[in-house]
Amino acid sequence: MPEVSAGRPEGACRRRAQLGLRESSTFDALTIHEIQRAARTGIYDIRGGGAKRHVPHFDDLLLLGASISRYPLEGYREQCATDVRLGTRFARKPLRLAIPITIAGMSFGSLSANAKEALGLGASALGTSTTTGDGGMSREERLSSDTLVYQLLPSRYGMNPDDLRRADAIEVVVGQGAKPGGGGMLLGQKISERVADMRDLPVGIDQRSPCRHPDWTGPDDLEIKIEELREITDWEKPIFVKIGATRTYYDVTLAVKAGADVVVLDGMQGGTAATQEVFIEHVGIPILAAIPQAVEALQELGMHRRVQLIVSGGIRSGADVAKALALGADAVSIGTAALVALGDNSPSFEADYAKIGSAAGCYDDWHEGRDPAGISTQDPHLEARLDPQLGGRRLANYLRALVLETQTLARACGKSHVRNLEPEDLVALTIEAAAMARVPLAGTRWIPGMEVR
Amino acid sequence: MTALEDALVDVAKFDLAGEPLRQLNSRLHEACSSGMPRSWQVVNPGGKHSIAVGLDAELDVEIAGHVGYYCAGMNQRANVRVLGNCGVGVAENMMSGLVVIHGNASQSAGASAHGGLLVVHGDASARCGISLKGADIVVEGSIAHLGAFMAQRGRLVVCGDAGHSLGDSLYEATVYVRGSVAALGADCVEQEMRDEDVSELRELLERAEIAAVNAAEFRRYASARELYNFHVDNAGDYRHPDA
Ligand SMILES: Cc1cc2nc3c(=O)[nH]c(=O)nc-3n(C[C@H](O)[C@H](O)[C@H](O)COP(=O)(O)O)c2cc1C
Repeated sequence: MPEVSAGRPEGACRRRAQLGLRESSTFDALTIHEIQRAARTGIYDIRGGGAKRHVPHFDDLLLLGASISRYPLEGYREQCATDVRLGTRFARKPLRLAIPITIAGMSFGSLSANAKEALGLGASALGTSTTTGDGGMSREERLSSDTLVYQLLPSRYGMNPDDLRRADAIEVVVGQGAKPGGGGMLLGQKISERVADMRDLPVGIDQRSPCRHPDWTGPDDLEIKIEELREITDWEKPIFVKIGATRTYYDVTLAVKAGADVVVLDGMQGGTAATQEVFIEHVGIPILAAIPQAVEALQELGMHRRVQLIVSGGIRSGADVAKALALGADAVSIGTAALVALGDNSPSFEADYAKIGSAAGCYDDWHEGRDPAGISTQDPHLEARLDPQLGGRRLANYLRALVLETQTLARACGKSHVRNLEPEDLVALTIEAAAMARVPLAGTRWIPGMEVR
Repeated sequence: MTALEDALVDVAKFDLAGEPLRQLNSRLHEACSSGMPRSWQVVNPGGKHSIAVGLDAELDVEIAGHVGYYCAGMNQRANVRVLGNCGVGVAENMMSGLVVIHGNASQSAGASAHGGLLVVHGDASARCGISLKGADIVVEGSIAHLGAFMAQRGRLVVCGDAGHSLGDSLYEATVYVRGSVAALGADCVEQEMRDEDVSELRELLERAEIAAVNAAEFRRYASARELYNFHVDNAGDYRHPDA
């Protein structure tokens, strides 16, 4: 639909059509705009957020509610539990979360300290975890988060053994769904004194962080690295391995063989703070296509549910959560939706968005540090617009709604625990989704690529 | 030996041929909290990985033999001495303390180290001092390619020669080389060796117990800072070293 993607009211398009003017679907208005931009600046476009194009997603799946062949559970009256344990394979202290929805790793630096604090407050209110990011552990997030996962990234910014011991779990980041195979970026506007100090960088430079770890490459090294982290922390903490969804079957197999307690799998819709648009839109696969590959790998190794699977990339609603769990995930993780809950892209900032050439609902220049909502910024005046308490309450509310929605759907399918959702509860609306999710096209027994049962 | 018996002897001895690595590291961590015993000798390391990692006290640990990956990883305050060669990532992410290797070091020696001093009396392989964040590294021999790659802070001192792409994408770290440099990496340039550099270097060599080397014979390399902010005109500078 070029009318919609061009962001022009339909009326304008119709008038043009009446004049015989036709927009190309190959060279649509956005494409032309991008060519003009590139010709003007000579550099690729950088932005935040995840893939904006349409890809097969959880919306293309439906749940089969119970009726005669299975019976449903009574809403509110009959129990539908949501707790999850992560890191039960090797760690002496696995995490126990009250809900299967965690807050994804987002760096202090890309986000303001207030935003990190708000994430911690909101997550802790619901008994779930938050995650640091490519910039070290901020005091605010450690204090506000009851359960905090500490990321070990290629850049190693702010990495230190004291924080490693202070963390509740450790996440070795190999990749991210928005940019599998890419390193981090943080542009000069956001390298404030505090951020620079935490990362050992000069203030105001355009930070290019590496895409490979400095001291290991490949699965054999990763196994040794994981063992080192366990030895440093006396085998106490769960070790997560985070990958961007690409060759998921193989990557999950290797992560498990390398000794991961938990695999974190991020699909191409997953958000980023700053990445080249061409990377965000053209590298990686949708989370829908990745989950079945991961589950297959885990099952073949006899490790499904023993190594837990956390999935992310475009999780917005309890329906998304329920479907992800039904496909075999143990938990999900949210980034973008959590930021929106804090106030990102709120219409209340419409006038401010207009001033910086954006609009509520489209704002993605998170790398520029001019966020009117005070979330993706290091500008103290803008940051002050986000009250961590208030933001935390909004996030807690949003998480509550997600949990209620997930339970509603799980009960409808007759499940007394959300983790009992299963692929048999799902059908697909499109052939593409059926093939990727490996569930039948609705009303048929047909799973493209598999023999009819 | 119990912890109490350990405490009574001058040097606690640990045989890695007989007891598992987990035992060694947990005993060392206990010694970090209790402060005793302070001196350790590890025998038969047999190239094992992750020996003496995560220490956080002024312990003296001597390892008699070759070690594998990540020896003395994330070290804080401890003094770790390896009487042999070491594998990948020795003293990775070290925060403070002293790590001395009497043989050669494999790749990524001192990767991302934030503080302390790493001394390699032999040669070091590729990516020595990669992502360095404030520590000092002194190599008595030579280093392979990509030394100090993306190094942010701290000093890398090479008494022998350096391989290609030295200091590629360097930030604020400084590199000193006495011998030849095969090729400098992107944005790394030679700068004048000032008197204060010579005296700082002399002091560092003394601490590294490398006496026979004259600090005045080194050349100094640092960042031209031309890639700090992405300008379109610099796009061609992010090139392959052999190109
Ligand atoms: C502002 C922002 C910063 C991020 N920073 C990191 C990071 O530092 N490390 C990381 O592994 N992932 C990072 N991510 C990715 C998230 O951890 C997560 O994979 C992603 O947001 C999930 O997809 P969703 O945004 O659709 O929920 C970031 C995402 C956002 C939106």
